Amino acid sequence: MKHSDPKKLLMARAASQDHFRTPRIASPFQPRIEALMQTEEWYDWAGYKAPLSLWDEELEYFAIRSQAALFDISPMVKYRIEGPDAEAFLNRVTLRDVRKLKPGRVHYTAWCNDEGHVLDDGTLFRLTSDRFRLCSQERHLPWLLDSGIGFDVNIIEETKSIAALALQGPASFAVLRDAGFNGVDALKIFDLAEFEHDGENVTISRTGFTGDLGYELFVDQKLALSLWDRLWQVGEQRGLRAIGYAALNRARLEAGLIVANSDFITAEHAIRADRVRMPDEIGLGFMIDMEKPHFNGRRAIQQARANGGLRHVLVGLEIEGNIPAEHAIVYHQGKREIGLVSAAIWSPMAKRNIALASLERPYGDTITGDLWVEIYAMRELRYQKLMKRAKVVPRPFIKLDRRTANPPADF
Amino acid sequence: MHPAGLQLTPGIFLPMSEVKAVIVKFALHRFQVRMISVSVKVHRPNSRSTITQVTQNAIIFVEHSFNMHWTSHYFSCELWGKNSGNGYRMKSWDAIVIGAGHNGLVNACYLQRAGLDVLVLEKNDWIGGAATSRSLTPGFLYSNCSYVCSLFRPEIMRDLELPRFGLQVISYEGGAVFTQDGDYLANYRDHHAHRREFARFSPRDAEAYDRYARDVTRQCRFIQPLLMRTAADPTSFRPRDISELMYLGKKFAGLGATEMADTLRFWTMSISDFLDEYFETDVIKANFALSGIIGTALGPMSPGTAYVLLHHYMGEVDGSVGAWGYARGGMGAVTKALAASFEASGGTIRTGVEVDHVLVKNGSAKGVVLVDGEEIQGKMVVSNADVKRTFLKLVEEKELPDIFLRRVRNFKMRGSSGKVNIALDSMPEFPALPKDSPVYRGDMHFTDSVERMERGYDDWKAGRWSADPFLDMVIPTTLDPTMAPPGKHFMSCFVQYCPPKVEGKEWTDADRDAFGETVISQIADYSPGFRDRIIHMEVRTPRELEAEVGLTEGNIFQGELTFDQLLFNRPVPGYAQYRSPVGGLYMCGSSTHPGGGVMGAPGRNAAAEILRDLSRGTKHMSPAHDVI
Repeated sequence: MKHSDPKKLLMARAASQDHFRTPRIASPFQPRIEALMQTEEWYDWAGYKAPLSLWDEELEYFAIRSQAALFDISPMVKYRIEGPDAEAFLNRVTLRDVRKLKPGRVHYTAWCNDEGHVLDDGTLFRLTSDRFRLCSQERHLPWLLDSGIGFDVNIIEETKSIAALALQGPASFAVLRDAGFNGVDALKIFDLAEFEHDGENVTISRTGFTGDLGYELFVDQKLALSLWDRLWQVGEQRGLRAIGYAALNRARLEAGLIVANSDFITAEHAIRADRVRMPDEIGLGFMIDMEKPHFNGRRAIQQARANGGLRHVLVGLEIEGNIPAEHAIVYHQGKREIGLVSAAIWSPMAKRNIALASLERPYGDTITGDLWVEIYAMRELRYQKLMKRAKVVPRPFIKLDRRTANPPADF
Repeated sequence: MHPAGLQLTPGIFLPMSEVKAVIVKFALHRFQVRMISVSVKVHRPNSRSTITQVTQNAIIFVEHSFNMHWTSHYFSCELWGKNSGNGYRMKSWDAIVIGAGHNGLVNACYLQRAGLDVLVLEKNDWIGGAATSRSLTPGFLYSNCSYVCSLFRPEIMRDLELPRFGLQVISYEGGAVFTQDGDYLANYRDHHAHRREFARFSPRDAEAYDRYARDVTRQCRFIQPLLMRTAADPTSFRPRDISELMYLGKKFAGLGATEMADTLRFWTMSISDFLDEYFETDVIKANFALSGIIGTALGPMSPGTAYVLLHHYMGEVDGSVGAWGYARGGMGAVTKALAASFEASGGTIRTGVEVDHVLVKNGSAKGVVLVDGEEIQGKMVVSNADVKRTFLKLVEEKELPDIFLRRVRNFKMRGSSGKVNIALDSMPEFPALPKDSPVYRGDMHFTDSVERMERGYDDWKAGRWSADPFLDMVIPTTLDPTMAPPGKHFMSCFVQYCPPKVEGKEWTDADRDAFGETVISQIADYSPGFRDRIIHMEVRTPRELEAEVGLTEGNIFQGELTFDQLLFNRPVPGYAQYRSPVGGLYMCGSSTHPGGGVMGAPGRNAAAEILRDLSRGTKHMSPAHDVI
């Protein structure tokens, strides 16, 4: 709220009083999604009415893997961070070295509080040398603003004003090309570029949350529907489908990607003191750049690494059999409780029973043998209790060459 | 004349002349007839009495509500039995509870259910203490003291079967602070609506709310399990005190290093300082600060007020944590259900009987003496009255240790609030609010900055009521149709600050009216035509609250909830386990741990201690809900 005139300020405030009637707001793409919605399965994504599935969760998943899938990511929290000190500021806040992030590039990163506990993970888009976009699951405006004190940087939350789509799947490149986004073939994984749409710009990055070939498109919300239509028109021949979160969640798990407040608890939401996690405890240690200038949490992370302060580890598990082990307890030698599965599916791509689990070190770290999961499968009002052998495997669970192939293949 | 000579049957008329000489008031209880001396009590009908009307020369008996039928035959036989030998024998109750407030009744219920024979004495003609519903103008019921419900412990509701005895709590969905520029800041139950509402004023503060909520929740989780436990005595080496202290220590150690530091700060800092750590917008801070000053003679900038806020966050309505609601039928529904539960288990309540003093013999309580001289014997006495009333008025000084008396005198129980109850001809309008806003059904406030609150407190310090008071205003009839005729409404305004004396002088009726006017004019500023809707109004200053409810200085918590008066220091160090220096005299009011609010925990905890002293079981008391 930048008005200085109190009357204008009041008018701006009063204009938005009515929000209480729609606690779940609509995305800019809502008219298109509503038109395609058959199952009426919605969920609350950060206050948006978002589709959990549109017509068939399983078929929606297969659209990601064998056709092209359109997923509305507008509810994702987005911050625009710009100014002469934007790079230095983000370098201070996040774990990776932002100086190494060139304009036109994206990286997956995370940020911590001073105790080294992860506040969130997300993607950082470097639009120009002094203009960034930070996307995340949770909201961080107070944290970013407070961290920005002393930096010449402007931080604006733009979740509502920017509409965004994830276009994922083997045919995603072909859809973009057919839609006339010339030059999109030049985008390598984690590249971004501006393209023309309706006389304005759409930012397209070769990124995604599926481990597949895919792109994300960001556009001013007023151009949302025309962008959707532009893709939809050409998508028909490529099997383009709109999908909900349930399908995406399968794909992301195959890709071994974690979700904040699902696979770990973010520091600002953890009520119980022992639920917070350091990056090394949730598989994000690779992001930490100890060589770069000071960043939030650095000292605590360093101390934890030196003094054995890392108590947990997040691992990928491959579990025998085909029954998903969701929220199963993990045991060592079938007796000692050592952790919990946070997400699990039987992977159609890997043809394996896969899971993400948080374990108490040294289990999962130096002791990886003789692990078991206890699966309680509810079948017709009875738990079928299964004790299944699990082994720690590297993530991602599937590796698709098409994700990184250059130029992207035309499916 | 001998009472047994009278043939008493329900519905007959008795000539007054005959009755005068005999014991005229009686109550049936467990196949016994108890006799009580002749006095004014006859003309005070209450739900327990068989006498509902007195005329010049007759008492009219009508059907009564005992759990057994009595007949004249039975009645006279019993009287004979009682009076054989040397006059009638006085009944000695297992326990006498002074005061039928919610804690007194909770206590009495638990004792009665443990098999004790319990008598509750209430000075007013109605029960409830500060949790009562009163009809002061036709068609309307006022929750004329406490007015919203959240803190009442669900374990107690369950044990005493209060839903079965008619208690229903309706949670409300919103609330707001009106701003002076014509807008408002609402509180919505939906998390995202709440955030968007705050974002209208500050996007930053809107998101800071999560961090605030996390920290407050952490503190609540630490405190909540202590509510239903007797505070440990740190000076004692008894195993249970040591284990209780260890429990506390273990819980404390369970906090992280940062949280530990936060906890100590939280318990000692001002609500204003605490909120400054999270928020930057005046109205948002004012919105939260109000919970830190309610019922407390401190300003939002006074150290210690952060804890008071916590006290108001620990409630729930039927499992919905943090929710507040209206008891259907007013707050009296809480005590009405308690009384029904108590009587169903065989307990006896007498209203309209004021205790003059506790009968103490050889350092032990043996009963009570009423104002009219009647003596009632009891094996123990439990006082629901506040600690000052109990030990400065009801017990002779000579029975109490000097240091104890001094501590009681210095216990902070300062009058800081008043209450205005209003019957409205129609629903008031607040043009700032959309017509369908849920705020109408919740708590409304007009103080939009912490500074205004603090200035209100400045007036109090000078011995005046706040010229610009802080109001906690609700219209329960938006959700509860039982409290007013259709289309009409009951409005409750809690008002702070209001001094126990006006510039050192006793309150006068003119003062009281001027105080009421201050409140009405504040509401009218935000609600055009408000005055015209008023049918009836009850203005209660600390004077009325003390005189009627018996709360010293009208303090709603029977003692302020600052950290120096909590846990093992409440009300007096060494006497924080519901016992007193007088043997057999217990405390069960809000002056004791864990303090005020319509919570019931002091009454329950006191019952647990009493039963422990009697070596009786407490199987009928549910353990406190788990906090995991």
